[in-house]
Amino acid sequence: MSSPAAAPTSRTDHIQARYIEAYRWMLLARITEEKIATLYRGGKIVGGVFIGKGQEALSAATGMALRPGDVFAPLIRDQAGRFAFGESLLDVFRTYLGSRLGPMRGRDGNVHRGRPREGYLAMVSHLGAMVPAVAGVLLARRLRGESGTIGATCLGDGATSTGAFHEGLNLAAVEKLPLILVVANNQYAYSTPTSRQFVCADLVDRAAGYGVEGRSVDATDLAACLATLQEAADRARAGHGPQLIIASLLRLAGHGEHDDAGYVDPVLKKAARDCLTVAEQHIIGEQWATAADLKTWRMEVTRKIEDAIATTLREPPPDPGDEQWTAVSTPRLRDGFFEA
Amino acid sequence: MITYLEAIREAQHKALADDPRVYLYGQDIGNFGGAFKATKGLAKDFPGRVLDAPLSEDAIIGSAIGAAIDGMRPIVEMQFADFSTCGLNQIINHAATLYWRTNIPCPIVVRLPSGGTAGAGPFHSQSMEALYAHYPGLIVMTPATVEDAYSMLLEAVAIDDPVIFCEHKYLYYHLKAPALPTEALPTGKARVARQGRDMTIVAYSAMVHEALACADELASEGWQIEVIDLRSVKPLDTDTVLASVARTGRLLVVGEAFPWGGVTAEVIARVAQEGFSLLDAPPVRINAKDTPVPYHPNLWGTHRPTARTIAAEARKLLHL
Repeated sequence: MSSPAAAPTSRTDHIQARYIEAYRWMLLARITEEKIATLYRGGKIVGGVFIGKGQEALSAATGMALRPGDVFAPLIRDQAGRFAFGESLLDVFRTYLGSRLGPMRGRDGNVHRGRPREGYLAMVSHLGAMVPAVAGVLLARRLRGESGTIGATCLGDGATSTGAFHEGLNLAAVEKLPLILVVANNQYAYSTPTSRQFVCADLVDRAAGYGVEGRSVDATDLAACLATLQEAADRARAGHGPQLIIASLLRLAGHGEHDDAGYVDPVLKKAARDCLTVAEQHIIGEQWATAADLKTWRMEVTRKIEDAIATTLREPPPDPGDEQWTAVSTPRLRDGFFEA
Repeated sequence: MITYLEAIREAQHKALADDPRVYLYGQDIGNFGGAFKATKGLAKDFPGRVLDAPLSEDAIIGSAIGAAIDGMRPIVEMQFADFSTCGLNQIINHAATLYWRTNIPCPIVVRLPSGGTAGAGPFHSQSMEALYAHYPGLIVMTPATVEDAYSMLLEAVAIDDPVIFCEHKYLYYHLKAPALPTEALPTGKARVARQGRDMTIVAYSAMVHEALACADELASEGWQIEVIDLRSVKPLDTDTVLASVARTGRLLVVGEAFPWGGVTAEVIARVAQEGFSLLDAPPVRINAKDTPVPYHPNLWGTHRPTARTIAAEARKLLHL
């Protein structure tokens, strides 16, 4: 998906162009995930589906704050950021639909995908585990005397309770690494409300405890997300060390598509804003595009997604007969475990 | 003379000197030189490449994984093998799965100062090799000699897969060799540490020396005991074990780890399945007792297998 054609001629134009680009990543992510949810309900998806509805503005802004050569370890609700960082639609559908041609070749699925050689790390399910891994990539670059690149990883409010989050952020702070930690406080870790997760007044207060810079942002406000993430990226790139971002929103879906989220407080639900709707209203209000333009964009995006699905559905699944069935890369070190 | 510990230091020195991708990371390993002095002087010889880490095993190993993805060859020191459980998630779920999931190898070395010494107690004495060998994707080395401590650690750095390097603390100062080796058996090949025809004792790490002492004792009684040093428990060289059992017909397997499951059980299971007809008597396994490792020397000396307890079992097996 290409960014809007008009070249920015002023700061206002730049802000407009970034906003529209981000919106289009959000839209692509929203419709992609709607299609995946439909395929899931139709029994076409192998395994679970976890979508980022309501979190697209934050995620897109995170992906857009990164440049080629940076490193990104997204989490489960980061489809928009994955696209903005360069993931292809085919990688997405090949993983969800179980094509052998996908980056994980059927060995892993759904959100556990990446292309580590391209700086796009493949998350493990254990929350917080990617924080030290991204820090390690950045440490490696410092050891080699390379500068200019940064890293980002995403977490939810639940992951801030893990040891790995603490250890990873503290290590990054000690080494003053250019790591952006994006925490989406979406009010629930699966079904657990924040009141059972932490008692500090605001998670951003923790930044001071780690000696890092912290920022809060309303994750339903795309302009605020873009500005906050860009500022954090600039600070990290300029050598000011780790950046902790606490973004507030309400998850607008279940934890996964199997979950009706009946535990969500009706008061929170009533007050919730959808970042995509808010962005559309903003674009029309600013007269950056018309309602007809938005409709056209939606149709363009939908067609691309449907093409990717059609391509993927024609591809073969993994074949256990072709599988190497070895987890070590060095053939001579494969254990001669007898197979009866 | 060079000790087992000095060999480990020398191997790290050579790895740092030969390969700019190598760096060392761990607690107190910088100017202090490590809790056991396995990195003594290295921070001075290789400025900026021997880094003190915060007390964070998960982050130490997790960051090494990230660095390996980005093309480095980290050697990580856990202060004691026991503390690697605090980094277990990164080892078994991240490092071990990375190549299989993404096709990108994870060339990290995690050094585990392993095994018991008198007075070290439940949390500074554990042998973790069975735990790590259980997980697909890891190489688990258990060197028993000064020569292997040196050459296998260098090989561990060169291997693209994550290596759990179980170095035995009891051997650090006790074991000496005249010089560092210039050539070595590859990992995955067991070594016949002593030839014999009456019984095979399979051992690894410090237990090789208990087995050799047992073989000396039994030699005075007229028995010729063959001792196999596994060198690595994963991969496990079943062929060398089977060839030995074919010669002797009797098998005794010794490990310092806890008894449930583990390396000794694995060796016997493989011999039973692949070489049942070679056995003239039921195979025997000897392990530590099924309790935490005790603190007091009197209790510790009884908890772990020794030449004396191995010899007692061996005599029973020889008379079957």
